[in-house]
Amino acid sequence: MAENKQDTVEMTDAQKKAQRRRSVALGLVLAAFVVIIYVGSWAKMGASLFDRSL
Amino acid sequence: MALVENIQSNEARISEAMPGDYFALLKPRVMSLVVFTAFVGMMLAPGSINPLIALIAILAIAVGGGASGALNMWYDADIDAVMTRTKKRPIPAGRIAGGEALAFGLVLSVFSVLTLGTLTNWVAGGLLAFTIFFYAVIYTMWLKRSTPQNIVIGGAAGAFPPMIGWAAVTGGISLESVVLFLIIFLWTPPHFWALALFKLRDYDMAKVPMLPNVAGERHTKLQIVAYSLVLAVVAVSPWPLGLAGPVYGAVSILLGLNFLRHAIAVWRMPDGDATMVPAKKLFGFSLVYLASLFSVLLGEALVMKVLAG
Repeated sequence: MAENKQDTVEMTDAQKKAQRRRSVALGLVLAAFVVIIYVGSWAKMGASLFDRSL
Repeated sequence: MALVENIQSNEARISEAMPGDYFALLKPRVMSLVVFTAFVGMMLAPGSINPLIALIAILAIAVGGGASGALNMWYDADIDAVMTRTKKRPIPAGRIAGGEALAFGLVLSVFSVLTLGTLTNWVAGGLLAFTIFFYAVIYTMWLKRSTPQNIVIGGAAGAFPPMIGWAAVTGGISLESVVLFLIIFLWTPPHFWALALFKLRDYDMAKVPMLPNVAGERHTKLQIVAYSLVLAVVAVSPWPLGLAGPVYGAVSILLGLNFLRHAIAVWRMPDGDATMVPAKKLFGFSLVYLASLFSVLLGEALVMKVLAG
């Protein structure tokens, strides 16, 4: 157990806070990107997006 | 044990970078100019574009421009660390590691180009890719450290956005969009040389060969006047070309004369002037000049679109 402890690093509060904020920001950016691509595809193709034979 | 040693020798670390530090890598102030001029190019272009696609295109151009800024900060971290203007940037300040900035810049570059190319057309996407390449590789890695003409050629990178906006609508390049490019291209040298005059020591310390610390103050001041003269003439050309109306014509002439007045004041400034007030005034006015020209272009274009129904 003691050996395992040496292999891990305890993050400081500032590091934890920064990591949490970066994770939230990355999540928001990825969600925004998905929305942008969805809305952009819809705007580019319009009605023809749904007008295709199966 | 090894990891702890690495941390102690500062080779490995746990980042304390906030999202705002990553945003700072995008050079938001430069990005605002990119967004504005690209939008003007888009509005002036003949033809129409879906408003949602236009919004996404502007966002992609902004992110692409920002990505090139991140790549610039990654490569120039050594220079930024010794210049007063740039030493608080995230990499020299130690908030973000160079490798993180490089990855950030590369990922955003790829995604911005793919988004713009896919949703508008590949002329616009290609121009954005070329702009990023030009700024990050041609200017940052090659010209900046090797020639006092760095800002003349490298200025092209900042001049492309209105062409990209134009291409996003039309799918091509035309004389009108080249004129918009030329206005920013010719504006860049007097703008940056005015800054270099009063930040001469900074560039000297960083060993960046800017014109004032290579060719001297006198030669730089002459070049500023020469470029200002050509700029003042070229900036009027959207009017005779039919890209703008008489209001723009009158405003561009008045602003051009004022730009020349500031440039001549710099030329008359004694060499070695400690305060460099005329250079600081030219630098400040150059920002107002470019913003005003493009604002009037935009205003006229919007009025014409409203009148045309």
